[in-house]
This record gives sequence, structure tokens and C-alpha cells, in this order.
Amino acid sequence: MHARVGANDGSAAVQAGGLRGSSIIREILASNIEFVVSVPDITTSEGLLRPLAQAGSPKLIRICKEDEGVGICAGLAHCNKRALLLIQQTGMLDSINAIRGVAVEYALPICMMVGLLEKEPDLRPRESKRYGVRIVEPILDAMGIAYHEIEDDADVSKIRPAIDDAYAASRPVVLLIGRRPTAS
Amino acid sequence: MMKADDCLRVLARHVTDQDIIVPVYTSAFDWIAIRPHPLNYLAHGAMGLASSHALGLALGRPDRRVIVIDGDGSLLMNLGSLVSIAEAAPRNLIHFVCENGTYEANGGHPIPNRGHVDFPGFAQSAGYRSTHAFSDLRVFEQQVGAVLAEAGPVFASLKVTPSGPQTRDYSLLHGPAVRAATRAALLAT
Repeated sequence: MHARVGANDGSAAVQAGGLRGSSIIREILASNIEFVVSVPDITTSEGLLRPLAQAGSPKLIRICKEDEGVGICAGLAHCNKRALLLIQQTGMLDSINAIRGVAVEYALPICMMVGLLEKEPDLRPRESKRYGVRIVEPILDAMGIAYHEIEDDADVSKIRPAIDDAYAASRPVVLLIGRRPTAS
Repeated sequence: MMKADDCLRVLARHVTDQDIIVPVYTSAFDWIAIRPHPLNYLAHGAMGLASSHALGLALGRPDRRVIVIDGDGSLLMNLGSLVSIAEAAPRNLIHFVCENGTYEANGGHPIPNRGHVDFPGFAQSAGYRSTHAFSDLRVFEQQVGAVLAEAGPVFASLKVTPSGPQTRDYSLLHGPAVRAATRAALLAT
């Protein structure tokens, strides 16, 4: 099954709007996420991770490496606790085997919010000039993992249904953060 | 040195029906023969992730004791988890590591720098609340109850030799029926 649920349409250029961290955090909270598990990522550092760390809820679990987070989220999922793994695409790529085995083959709702390092704000990920960005969506396609592009405030409405669907269907989902969210 | 299955039999006598056990590879095959139970959490993928699954379980079920039976080769693949566990500091997590000095499930090849790696030292430096090392079965038998009663995260290395030949049917660890039974048991209790 093709997994590109709710991604942007085929236009080459993305809408040039703003993306507020507070909008994303509102949707994370509305999704009943109880734990955010994270390795810092420069795209989401100021707009998401820092305010989440200051808020105290959801509970922030700091980890050393992203594949740890896949395991932690799996354990939490078995306890009926919702978690979000907040990482960078480099870490996601480093964790492909954990995602393959634990998220996909075990069919677990591992929800990943992935900052796209150095993605150009005016381009869609697969049109990026950065190899490390361009390959992300084709890899997710090959793995059969659903993903959604979050480029501006209009896209944050995708977050809650994506997370709800992941838990309802017990399958992973990736939310790709394509530009640095502002801190407010 | 202790024979691995002898050691796990001693541990099994101290485990309750409420405990969640996360055994890894070779130890998992010994464990499920000694103590079959739906709260044996057996499907944690590969590459040393058992301790990370256990952290998730410990955070998600603070009312339950979570006992990891890790391997030394497995832990070497996920050493950072010691630091992550220490920071999260779940009081209900006990982390055993069976030190046999080999990647036993993958041909018995030695782990790097075998015999010179201080696993309790790693855990202590990472910030575990307490660490222990056992190489004598009688001493382990005397002290395991107290170790399990401590506030976590607790770390204990077990110097072991192989139990003997195993028939390794990995569907008993990763199969859909096993996973479903564990999940149902966790959600039901």
C-alpha cells in the first residue's frame, strides 16, 4: 500500500508561510502525547524542543541516539501511552533498522517528528538540492511508512489525525518538519 | 563463573507474576524454558535495544517492576541507553547483563576487548543508583532478593558460561502470536 497519506500536492514550490512552534505544540497536546523522546535537532531546537523542555508536559525523555527512542516508544506503546520521537532526519536514517524491525515489522505506532536539516524552505523535500533531504521520502515510500510534510501553519492540522491514525491502525508515521518553526 | 541457566533459575524464584521481564537472545531462550509467562517481553528487535524498550515499559508502567536480562554484546551496541536510563531514573527498572564475553547468538565470536570491559563501571559512571557484579552462584542466590528490592535503576552483571546447546526458534521471540500475547497481558493488567 502506498503510504504517502495527506502529503502536499504535486506542486514544486511549497507555500511560503510561517510555521509556529506553538501551533505544532498545540497539536501535539491535542493528540494526547504524554512523552516526547528526543535527540536535539537544529531545525526544531528553538521552536519545539526548547519550549517543550520548559513546559514539562508532555514529559521529555532525553536520549543519546535515535534508535533508543524507537525502543522507548515501543515500550510505551505496549503500555497504551502515546509518545512522539522528535529527531533529525540524519538520526532517522541512522535508525532505519530499528524502524524496520520494531515499527514496521512489529506494526507498532511509532510516531516520529523529523526535522529536515538544511532543507530549502521553498522546495519540497524530494526536490531539495541536499542529497540527505532528497532521499528521505523515497526511503519512507520503500519502507511503506506514512509521512506528512509540515511546512507552514496550514499543515499542522495534519498532525493530530496522523497520530490518531498511527495508534488506531498500529503503524508508524513520520511528520517531516521542513522549516524552522518560530519559537512563539 | 555461573552457568547461565542455573543463574536464571535462581532469578526466576524471585520474580513475581506482576513483573515484566525483558530477556535478550540466548538468555531469552533459556528464560522462556525456565519461566514461560505472557509478561515476558521478547520482541525488541535487534542491535541491543532491549534496555530501551525496558525504559519505555518502566516509564509506562511505574506500578510494575521491569527486569531486563541483557547480553554484554547487546549492551555494547546500545551503551548510550545506560545514560538515558540514568537520567530518566525509573525506580522500577533492574538491568541484569549476562556477561559471557561473546556474541553467542551469532557464532560465539568474542566481544571487543573481552575480559577488560567493566560493565558495572559503565553503569556506575552513567549514573545508575546502584551496581553489582556476581560470579558465584551461591552469592547471587543470597543477594538477588535484596538487589531486586532496591530502588532503580539498578545494574547487575552476571558472569556466566553457556547453558549448553539451544534450539533457537526465533518465532518464539518475534512471532505475531507472542507479541500479541504480551501486548494483551500488559493492557489487561
